[in-house]
Amino acid sequence: MFQIVEKRQLNEQVTYMKIKAPFIAAKAKAGQFIIFRVDAQGERVPLTIADYDREAGTISIIFQIVGSSTKMLGALEAGDYIADVVGPLGNATEIEGVKRAIVVGGGVGCAIAYPTAKALHEAGAYVHSIAGFRNKDIVILEDEFKAVSDEMSMMTDDGSYGKQGLVTAALQEILEKDKNYDLVIAIGPVPMMKFVCKTTEPFGVKTIVSLNPIMIDGTGMCGGCRVTVGGETKFACVDGPDFDGHKVDFDELMTRNRFYRDEEAHNANHKCRLTGGNRHA
Amino acid sequence: MPNMSPKKVPMPEQDPNVRNRNFEEVSLGYTVEMAKEEAARCLNCKTRPCVSGCPVNVAIPDFIARICADDFEGAYEAITQTNSLPSICGRVCPQESQCESKCVRGLKGEPVGIGRLERFVADYHREHGEKKAVNVEKNGKKVAVIGAGPAGLTCAGDLAKRGYDVTVFEAFHAPGGVLIYGIPEFRLPKTIVAEEIKTLEDAGVTVMTDMVIGRVLSLDELNNMGFEAIFIGTGAGLPQFLGIPGESLLGVYSANEYLTRINLMKAYRDDYDTPIKKSKAVAVIGGGNVAMDAARCAMRLGAEKVYIVYRRSAEEMPARAEEVHHAKEEGIEFCYLTNPTRILGDENGRVSSMECIKMELGEPDASGRRRPIEIAGSEFMLEVDSVIMAIGTSPNPLIRSTTKGLETNRKGCFVVDDSMATTRDGVYAGGDAVSGAATVILAMGAGKKAAAAIDEKLSKK
Repeated sequence: MFQIVEKRQLNEQVTYMKIKAPFIAAKAKAGQFIIFRVDAQGERVPLTIADYDREAGTISIIFQIVGSSTKMLGALEAGDYIADVVGPLGNATEIEGVKRAIVVGGGVGCAIAYPTAKALHEAGAYVHSIAGFRNKDIVILEDEFKAVSDEMSMMTDDGSYGKQGLVTAALQEILEKDKNYDLVIAIGPVPMMKFVCKTTEPFGVKTIVSLNPIMIDGTGMCGGCRVTVGGETKFACVDGPDFDGHKVDFDELMTRNRFYRDEEAHNANHKCRLTGGNRHA
Repeated sequence: MPNMSPKKVPMPEQDPNVRNRNFEEVSLGYTVEMAKEEAARCLNCKTRPCVSGCPVNVAIPDFIARICADDFEGAYEAITQTNSLPSICGRVCPQESQCESKCVRGLKGEPVGIGRLERFVADYHREHGEKKAVNVEKNGKKVAVIGAGPAGLTCAGDLAKRGYDVTVFEAFHAPGGVLIYGIPEFRLPKTIVAEEIKTLEDAGVTVMTDMVIGRVLSLDELNNMGFEAIFIGTGAGLPQFLGIPGESLLGVYSANEYLTRINLMKAYRDDYDTPIKKSKAVAVIGGGNVAMDAARCAMRLGAEKVYIVYRRSAEEMPARAEEVHHAKEEGIEFCYLTNPTRILGDENGRVSSMECIKMELGEPDASGRRRPIEIAGSEFMLEVDSVIMAIGTSPNPLIRSTTKGLETNRKGCFVVDDSMATTRDGVYAGGDAVSGAATVILAMGAGKKAAAAIDEKLSKK
């Protein structure tokens, strides 16, 4: 059992949680993920580690409520316990030798982009962060990003905060002005990552994306998380989650991530005969 | 007077047309009367050939003699002298190629139903036996076991009996390995696995779940934590795919994924959140026990058609005869000498059919089995909406890729000597991680051997 030591709402849909997990906290690195299971009947759901505190023995996660598992997790409070947290899984983001980087975060993906920006900053790299949100109300982690970035571009779809436009517009502008960036890291919705890669390709800038497909074990056992990268089948859990974005088949990934949508919708409306639906209350 | 019937006392089973829609156990087990009648078929031979056929050398004639004498608890004690997981072995061991293959009664008629009797004894003990408090004097030495599958649990149990302080590290949220994620409920009820593990815990074994060794702790760190020896029983969990077009389509699963969703994560039960697709027509590729398990699960989840697609003939099929028999009884269709060539999808990226080609057998290959060769122009379509790949697994690279000094072979299996010692001092390995995918009992045998070697090394210290 893993205790939640802190919980904050970052906005209406996005929750921050700090969890006591000393073994994971001792090893975690930016880019790695955990798998949680709320209770004995729960699904195993992967989430990227947003932050960690080795001394306090805690890790932080930031998640958006998208299905029944994240809904149940979101219903827990500080002091409550989660049945399982396993990790750190996957490979850490490779930041060694990077001198100038652009870190692009989209929506709740900023939760994953932030620790990468922080790691790059701490390694001495020049960091330009681009954070994109639909509107002002759902902006998260702005101060955190600013603290680890040399430059920061805030974008909203409707212009209610920062500049109006997509992250790709800001990215295009930066790359046109400055040819000296050696890495772009993009984390967010799959379509965003796809278009970030399309934007950077003509500039020949190496672009890393962090993928989060459906998986069970996170150790290479189920093969459910397979993605096609450069024509080869890779397992996101052990070969990734970071991949060369110019080689990823994003359309296939989008299709695969939609596989259980019908079942999820069914579950959301379904009241279990055995439990009377209490577990979801 | 021995019972000279040439046939085993039949095992009561659920009706095939009922059981193929439920997940309850297929074989119901012997009653006391049936067990005594079957036990009376044993001739109690002096040469005890059956014992030599058992990877853990269970004292078979002794336990059977005690059944005849109504001493069922005595029978249990005789078995557990060398086998720490009897209710599991009684159900899933391939007895026909081990103990029962050596039985003298098998020369004329059927061998003694050793597996059925072992199961009876273990079940009788679980229902009627008294739990005895285990009092082993601790020797203060710590051993780490990586992987709570059959190899690791056996190694842990044997070391605990010898007084070691054993911690088993398991990556999943529950211990059992293939016994809980792979073998389905209807062949091996999970409450039985849980009870066997509870018995080990009562004997002083500590199980830590959610611990992916290689990621969360390295082998060096385990040594630094005071573990004087380490046993690696991480199995062969990495699924293989065929590499044919269409394997990324929705509805193509590795058998590992399909079985884990169903067995470990109980996708068939309403009170669990695990999603699974309700398939109408399923093709399972492969001819081993895993393929049979996947096919029988698919049938139980309500599929109308389930096919086993196997590239060789019935004769070369590696699955146990009993599993094939049960699968056929349950309505699963076998397409022998058939190999998939590509999987086709609809406009939503979901599997809509699979193209196969007919095969014929040529000269024997490296495995000694006749090599299947494609018959040109014999392609045909199989209408399916799900495809499950059960064509084998290989060892997980997580530990070998994060540990120095651990030699592995071309297939990624750990290299060990006769005592199961790896090329790194104080580190032992066994089970599928060494042999490649094999059976529960062979893994248990390896765990046992490693426990003896670890004891010998550490008791000299």
